[in-house]
Amino acid sequence: MKKTAVRIYMGLIYIFLYAPIILLIVFSFNKSKSRGQWGGFTFDWYLEVFKDRQIKEALFYTILVAVLATVISTIVGTIAAIGIHNFKRFPKAFSLNVNNLPVLNPDIVTGVSLMTLFISTSIPLGFGTMLIAHIVFCIPYVILAVLPKLKQLNRHLAEAAMDLGATPWVALRKVILPEITPGIISGALLAFTLSIDDFVISFFTAGTEATNLSILIYSMAKRGVKPSINALSTMLFIVVVTLLLIVNKKSEKGEELYL
Amino acid sequence: MKKKNPSMNSSASDHHHYKKHAPTSTRYLRVLGYPYVIWMVIFIIVPLLLVLIYSFTKGDIHNLFSLEFSADGYLRVLEPMYLKVIMNSFWLALISTFFCLILGYPVAMIIANTNPKYRSILLTFLLVPMWMNFLLRTYAWMSILSPNGILNRFLEWIGLPRLEIMPGQTAVLLGMIYNFLPFMILPIYTVLSKIDKNLLEASSDLGGNKFVTFIKVIFPLSIPGVVSGITMVFMPAVSTFVISGLLGGDKTPLIGDLIEQQFMTNRNWHFGSSLSIILMVMILISMAIMSRIERNNDREEGRTS
Repeated sequence: MKKTAVRIYMGLIYIFLYAPIILLIVFSFNKSKSRGQWGGFTFDWYLEVFKDRQIKEALFYTILVAVLATVISTIVGTIAAIGIHNFKRFPKAFSLNVNNLPVLNPDIVTGVSLMTLFISTSIPLGFGTMLIAHIVFCIPYVILAVLPKLKQLNRHLAEAAMDLGATPWVALRKVILPEITPGIISGALLAFTLSIDDFVISFFTAGTEATNLSILIYSMAKRGVKPSINALSTMLFIVVVTLLLIVNKKSEKGEELYL
Repeated sequence: MKKKNPSMNSSASDHHHYKKHAPTSTRYLRVLGYPYVIWMVIFIIVPLLLVLIYSFTKGDIHNLFSLEFSADGYLRVLEPMYLKVIMNSFWLALISTFFCLILGYPVAMIIANTNPKYRSILLTFLLVPMWMNFLLRTYAWMSILSPNGILNRFLEWIGLPRLEIMPGQTAVLLGMIYNFLPFMILPIYTVLSKIDKNLLEASSDLGGNKFVTFIKVIFPLSIPGVVSGITMVFMPAVSTFVISGLLGGDKTPLIGDLIEQQFMTNRNWHFGSSLSIILMVMILISMAIMSRIERNNDREEGRTS
C-alpha cells in the first residue's frame, strides 16, 4: 500500500518534469507548423536545421563561447586559485568574498552591471563582450572547485620537492597540479555547463551582433519558435542523455556521480 | 619582523646555504593570484560600483563626470505601482519556494531510502531535463497552458471546464516550480543520504514511531540541506524575468521584468540601477536570515546532544 503510494508520487513528479520535454520532442516531428496542432509525421525539421543560417550561426556562437570560456576560465581560475590559496589571511578572505559575488548575485544583476561597464566605457557589445562576460562568471566556479583540493594538499609536499632540488615551477607542475586535477576537471565541467546554458548574462552583454541559441529562442518565443529549433534541441538532448547514461553505467560501482 | 622569529630565520638561511635559488615555502605562489585580483577589480567591483553610482544619480549615462546626485530612482521605486511589483515578486518567489519544499522534500527522502542500485538512475533522471534548454522548456509550458493549448483541449475532451491560467500568476508560479524543483531536491537529498542509519534505529529502539523519528531526528538533521535548497530556489525565482515574461504576459511583471525594461527598452539606467540595488539588498537580507536559521539550528543541536 505504502509502496504503491510512493511509486505513484514519484511517477507524477517525473511526469511533471518530463511532460514539456516529451512535448518538444513530439513536436519536432510534427508536419504542422503551429504548436498544439498535430499534422502528421515528418523528418523535415531535422533537415531544416542544417540549412537554416540563423540557427547554424547561433549554434556556432553558443559552442564557440562555451569552449573558449571554459578553456580560459579553467586556466585562469586554476592559476588564481593557487595564488589566492597562498595569500595572507586578510587578502585571502577579501579576494574570496569578491570572487563569490558573481556566484551569489542574481544573473540579472551580473548581466546588467557588465553591460553598464561596457557601454559606459564605449566598448561595442558583441561576441567579445559576451565572451568576457562568460569568463567573468565562470572563473569563480572554477576557483570554488579547485580551492578545496588545494586545502587537502599537504603543504610540505611541495616544500619537500623543492628541498630535493626541484625549482618552484617544477614543484608546481609535478607535485601540486597532479594532486588538484580532479578539482580542475569538475571546475571545467561546471564552467562549460553554465556557459552553454546561459541566457540572462548573454542577453545583456551580446548586443545585436552575436546571437546564441538561448537569445534566438527568446526572441522567437513570443511569436512562436521554429520547429527546427525543437529538432536541434532534441538532437543535442539525445547526445547529452546518451553520454550521461554511458558515464552512469561506467561509474555504477564508483559511489557518487554528482557533487 | 626579522627578529621576531629567529629560529625560523636561521633555518631559512640554512637552506639558502645549501641551495641558492629555491625558496622553501609555497608562499611565493601568491604572485599567481595578483593578476586575478586586478581582473576582479575591473570586472566585478567596478561594474557593481557603476550600478551603485547610477542608482544615486541622474544625467547622461555616457558621461560619468556630468552625473548629478539624485534620489529619483529610489523615490520612483516607492510609487505604489512599482512597490506592488516588488512585493509581488517577493511573494511569488516565496510561494514557489514553499511548493518546491513541500513537493521536493518527499522526493529527496524517497530517493535517499531507495536501494543504492537504483539511486543513481533516479538522480540522473532528475538532472536530465536540465539539459534541455531552459527557455525551450518554458516555451513548452506555453504550448501546454495557453488558452488553446494542450491542457485545455484535454479538459474539453473529458468534459471539464477550461482553465484560463496563462498568461497570469498561476502560470508563472507553475513555471518557477517546474524550473527550480531539482534545485530543492538535490541539496536535501545530499544531506539525507549522509544521515547515520544507527540514529534512526536508536530512535525506534527508544520507542519513537516513524513520525516522531522524522520530527525529532531526520528533519532537524536535514536543515542545512533545506536551507541551501531554499536559497537555490528563492534566488533565481525572485530575480527571473524570462518565466514571467513568457508565462505571465504583461499583466504581472516582476522586478526582473522592470530591470530588463529599464536597461533594454526604456534606457533609464538610473531607475534600472536603483531596482537592481534593491533586488541585491532583498537577496542579501534573505540570505542573512537563512544563515541565521542554520546557525540557530546548529546551536540547538549542540545543546541537545
